Amino acid sequence: MSAVLRVPTVLRPAMGGASTIAVEGSTVGDVLSQVTLRYPAVKGQLLNDDGSLHRFLNVYVNDDDVRYLGGVNAPVTDSDEITLLPAVAGGVW
Amino acid sequence: MTRYASVLELIGSTPIVDVSALSPNSRVTILAKLEGRNPGGSVKDRVALSLVDAAEAEGRLVLGKPDQILIEPSSGNTGIALAMVCGLRGYHLKVVLPSNVSPERRQLLLAWGAQIIDSPGSEGSNGAVRLAQKLAAENPEWVFLYQYANPNNPLAHYRSTGPEILSDVPEITHFVAGLGTSGTLMGVGRYLKEHKPGTQIWAIEPPSGEMVDGLRNLDDGYIPPIFTDNHGAELLDRKVVVRPRESIEWTRRMTEVGLFVGLSSGAIMAGAVKCANLIPADQRATIVTIVCDDGWKYLSTGAWSDDIEEVVDRAQRIIYF
Repeated sequence: MSAVLRVPTVLRPAMGGASTIAVEGSTVGDVLSQVTLRYPAVKGQLLNDDGSLHRFLNVYVNDDDVRYLGGVNAPVTDSDEITLLPAVAGGVW
Repeated sequence: MTRYASVLELIGSTPIVDVSALSPNSRVTILAKLEGRNPGGSVKDRVALSLVDAAEAEGRLVLGKPDQILIEPSSGNTGIALAMVCGLRGYHLKVVLPSNVSPERRQLLLAWGAQIIDSPGSEGSNGAVRLAQKLAAENPEWVFLYQYANPNNPLAHYRSTGPEILSDVPEITHFVAGLGTSGTLMGVGRYLKEHKPGTQIWAIEPPSGEMVDGLRNLDDGYIPPIFTDNHGAELLDRKVVVRPRESIEWTRRMTEVGLFVGLSSGAIMAGAVKCANLIPADQRATIVTIVCDDGWKYLSTGAWSDDIEEVVDRAQRIIYF
């Protein structure tokens, strides 16, 4: 059992090209650290040097933004879906 | 009948209607504020009037002076609202618009007399913001109100939308709205936190299609300055993302309560339903949500009539939100 990470188009070239990858870990921080070990080129795009989330990266666990659930300490359990989305401008709302 | 001197006096004081028939939780009331009732057809009328009034008060715009030009990036509603206000006040408006917005938006802007400058569709709203910034820098005589960074955007909601909501729904426990420029959430959110502490403020992230995120790398990302200036990360209690399919499903379901709403409002309603589902069994709640605009501008999407898979696929390519 593991969680699923959904990778946005902009990060796929540096992460093997797939739209989803299987990941393991008990927190968002664990999962992202594991991803940066597997794909070192993506490290600066996900986490800052101090281990916090990149300013323009939104991470969702089952559609909930983790910045409001403890950030990198937000828990991850088996079968969770983790989605990475770049911060972009909205505008019509 | 009430009589008004100008259509601009019709902006605001929108009605709130109970849509709890769609609530998944019998202890949770859901109320929708109908911003499509504004004369320009969306919540952005409030913002457009606030931006122009402030620019006139600051002397950046002068009523009656000929040949004053404004430029603004918008994927739709702000441009339409500004075009209406500028038309009435005698200013020329240029709207930087992603080339892949729905045709109704384009036609409405032309109807109000705005000039459209196309930005690359693949770059979405970010591309429109970048191009408007570039053109404003190259033409310093143009007035760039910049809704994403202008404090008068959230201030419009702090001064009108927020007080209207609290006056009509003093029992409010949750406010759920979409995150675009963040003006609605920052303005209403700050007003409610100050006047009814404990009110939960939830943001709904629009489901931008993969085809229109337009980023070369993550550093091309964008956070509206008004979000940062208003300490948005601390003001919000929760932020959830809604998928295109859910947005369309809930846009359709709103017709069950007699509301013909735009796709972004369907997305926000989907978020309100997620919120209602999370209220503990021993608690009651009253959620206020926003209907940003009505469905007319979205008819070309086939959102109400076509096969939902086709509509979802189309929504990945065209900016409807």
